[in-house]
Amino acid sequence: MTDPTKSGGASHLDLAEREHTFLDANELVLNMGPQHPSTHGVLRVILKLDGEKVRGTECVIGYLHRGVEKIAENRTYTMFNPYVDRMDYVAAVSNGLGYCEAVEKLLNIEAPPRANYIRVILTELNRLASHMLWLGTHALDIGAITPLFYTFRDREEILKIYEKYCGARLTTHAFRIGGCQYETYDGFEADVKKFVAFVTPKIDEYEELLTTNRIWVERTKGVGVLSGADCIDLGVTGPVLRASGVNWDLRKAKPYAAYSQFQFEIPTGQNGDTYDRYLVRVAEMRQSLRIISQAVEGIPEGPIMAKVPKVLKPPVGEIYHSIEAPKGELGYFIVSDGSTQPYRIRVRPPSFVNLQALDKMVRGQLVADVVAVIGTLDIVLGEVDR
Amino acid sequence: MLDYVTGYLNSNVTPGQAGNWVWALIYILLIFLGISLAVMGMVWLERKILAHMQIRLGPMRVGPHGLLQPIADSLKLLLKEDIIPESADKIVFWLAPLMVVIAAFTVFIVIPFGPTHAVTDMNIGILFMLGVSSLGVLGIIMAGWASNSHYPLMGSLRSSAQMVSYEIAMGLAVVSAVLMTSFNAGGSGTLSMIGIVQAQAAQHTWFAFKFFPLGLVALFVFAVAMVAETNRAPFDLPEAESELVAGFHTEYSGFRWSLFFLAEYTAMLAVSSIAVTLWLGGWLRPFPSWHGPAITIPNFWEHAAPLGAVDFAFSLVPAVCLFVLAAFAFVGTLRMPKHPLMKIQKGGLGALALVLAGIGLVLLIPPVRDRIQDIFWFVAKVAVFMYLYIWYRGTFPRYRFDQLMKLGWKVMLPMGLGVLIATAVVGVLV
Amino acid sequence: MNPVATPFFFYLLSAMALISGVLVITRKNPVHSAIALIFTLLSLAGLYLMLYAPFVAGVQIILYAGGIMVLFLFVIMLVSVSRVERESQFNKQWLVGIAATAALGVLFILVYAKGKSVFPERTVQLPEQLNTQQVAVWLYGTYMLPFEVASLLLLVAIVGAVVMAKKRI
Repeated sequence: MTDPTKSGGASHLDLAEREHTFLDANELVLNMGPQHPSTHGVLRVILKLDGEKVRGTECVIGYLHRGVEKIAENRTYTMFNPYVDRMDYVAAVSNGLGYCEAVEKLLNIEAPPRANYIRVILTELNRLASHMLWLGTHALDIGAITPLFYTFRDREEILKIYEKYCGARLTTHAFRIGGCQYETYDGFEADVKKFVAFVTPKIDEYEELLTTNRIWVERTKGVGVLSGADCIDLGVTGPVLRASGVNWDLRKAKPYAAYSQFQFEIPTGQNGDTYDRYLVRVAEMRQSLRIISQAVEGIPEGPIMAKVPKVLKPPVGEIYHSIEAPKGELGYFIVSDGSTQPYRIRVRPPSFVNLQALDKMVRGQLVADVVAVIGTLDIVLGEVDR
Repeated sequence: MLDYVTGYLNSNVTPGQAGNWVWALIYILLIFLGISLAVMGMVWLERKILAHMQIRLGPMRVGPHGLLQPIADSLKLLLKEDIIPESADKIVFWLAPLMVVIAAFTVFIVIPFGPTHAVTDMNIGILFMLGVSSLGVLGIIMAGWASNSHYPLMGSLRSSAQMVSYEIAMGLAVVSAVLMTSFNAGGSGTLSMIGIVQAQAAQHTWFAFKFFPLGLVALFVFAVAMVAETNRAPFDLPEAESELVAGFHTEYSGFRWSLFFLAEYTAMLAVSSIAVTLWLGGWLRPFPSWHGPAITIPNFWEHAAPLGAVDFAFSLVPAVCLFVLAAFAFVGTLRMPKHPLMKIQKGGLGALALVLAGIGLVLLIPPVRDRIQDIFWFVAKVAVFMYLYIWYRGTFPRYRFDQLMKLGWKVMLPMGLGVLIATAVVGVLV
Repeated sequence: MNPVATPFFFYLLSAMALISGVLVITRKNPVHSAIALIFTLLSLAGLYLMLYAPFVAGVQIILYAGGIMVLFLFVIMLVSVSRVERESQFNKQWLVGIAATAALGVLFILVYAKGKSVFPERTVQLPEQLNTQQVAVWLYGTYMLPFEVASLLLLVAIVGAVVMAKKRI
């Protein structure tokens, strides 16, 4: 196993440090270290280069490992809820949704319909926020410095809604096991409707800057191609999978939390390159807006919390439940031994599995493309390392 | 001695041609001053315009609306510690920024701000310009080498490869503009910068609009090549922070780095001035041959030579421009927050508004008004190019290096060749 | 237009050219040699200017100093320098070298002394303004064939370089 504290030499990549000229040796080892403006967190990528072309990569992760899953073994189910937000800190609400639903399944409880609607609205807002952040940083990596400011400015509006709802902007801890704790505040529907009207032309603005921009197209078309079969072999999910042509979205395939009541489409791509992944995510943003508009029209009245015992002691057993997080399939595998603390919680983070595809996508491409491909996979190191 | 100095004022040639070294030195000093002011203005403008394009405000604290920011930046850079890497080659390390700055500034010897407002008018003006720009490339290579580190070296080699590739496209575009100067009665063209603008005046059209669309294509090729020459977005891969190769000026700090910075902006100004001189009519105002009906103007306000209404209207434009700027500053002063701590800034901005208005008034006085025309139009056109530079930086993503080189060799070069041949053919036929 | 301070500039440029030339061959570091060569070329360009040949001076700067020297520097920097730096700059046959140089010098002096009448007058006939036009007329008119042959030679060189550098055609 490679020791991340040693620089240079990676074990399974068979390399020799070059000694002579730049011209006659073929291979060069380059280290995109944990501190790098474009690796979106503390990711270390060791590149084996032949001139400018990439011959192989090795990702060294673990710089953000906080032992979340081990902590879970020493916390009760309710106490563990806030920890879940900190994994994919960009899309904290989805993490919370997945966890709460998994535990609810374990306890055989159903959240009331009103709670489900609120959950859908907040989760789709979160998908929008995550994709906006992705768009800004991805464009920045490729060199377009302006969309970052636009997307972050518009993402502020979403964060304001979160702050009004549950008091936090980023790590929201919005849901509880059995439903939601907070009732929607006065003016929640009006705010959300205003936001939808506000942001729809903004997405057109982002597209205007990038979609037909010749330089953007040249930088992203044909870069980091991943075929549908490869995606399935590697276990890649989310927009990456859909951009490779596979029509698989857990919101349609295995609907959860009121998604079955809304009409929306699943955008897919054809070529599986960076450009398609960009188009798919932008289309997903629009579909999210569609879902939000439908949901906010018809929030049913009723309780927001199901009847949940004060002390949660799920029966002995195990469960795997997954949702469609903005980055892919986020799954929770919970093993309960009958006590108040879980025996084991294993999180299936989408970024961790998607990151494995980096090597396949980047072989044969140039060094400047590595940055673009890491951006297009949309990884969050908090999730990869947990 | 005194008539040596004042005698020049009556001549109608540049100091270099008149052999008058005092005035040549004065012009050189004025150019230094002008470039320094322009670069400081560019620093402020770039940050403000980029910020406004990104829906934020940019520097607002250092002076009213950040107007003193360039001064603060220069002070900071001057006071920084001068770090030289231990294993660096000291002579070359010292020489590299010098070469880049000298190359960038020397171009301004031939750039004409008016029919006699150039330091000298060489017969080979354009050739001289091309040659001196290529000397700048040497400075960049030396900078990367002197740092004695793998990444700056690769960055500088990439940078210089890019600059050399686009120099060819630039040269071809320049040649097609020079070719257009020969389409006159005598059939003789000229390489001198003043001669090129005078040819545009004689042919009653800016070369950008000659043989439409050939002039525009040539201008387009030059405009793209000049952005690549100066290593600016979208061709700034060698300097980008998010790439692996760190760029040739990584190891430079403080004053040496500011020399590179200065050289970059000066080079931008220089190539924009070349583009303006070659295609956009240099110091000529728009519609240079449209004089309009003859009007009578009261004696004091009359032009030196009797000209028409359109001339009079255009001659008021510099003053009007300054009044508009003064109005902006005035409105800014009014909109400042009414906080006691903002009093000094408010006062400063108000003073600036008054100064601008004062300069505008001075520009209305006939002797000044007549002399300032050429310089004003030249500077205005160069300012448009500077704004375009900043606009490109805010809008476009970066080209990957191989795409950049492909563009230079496979697209710009054939386009330049094509427009040259087409210009020659059309010129002979027409 | 009268030239200004001709002897001063001539001596200055010649001194620069000579000193830089000596530096080219005596520097251990090849990059220093290349930079000294650049200064030699620039002083030569100045000397061309003094001979009323501005076009040649301009072309010298563009092509030689700005193009060829850039390529020299590229190659020097891409090839590892450490081995070369340790070599001594003067080989063991320096006596023979000095003898050969002296013989060449004597030859030059003899040629100049005997054939002085063949060289043109010191005053230059062509006005400076027409230098470019004159060169163009000769190049594309009288000496068209050598020009085309030279460009063909350059084409061959380019194709050869590309063929040698590419891994696959």
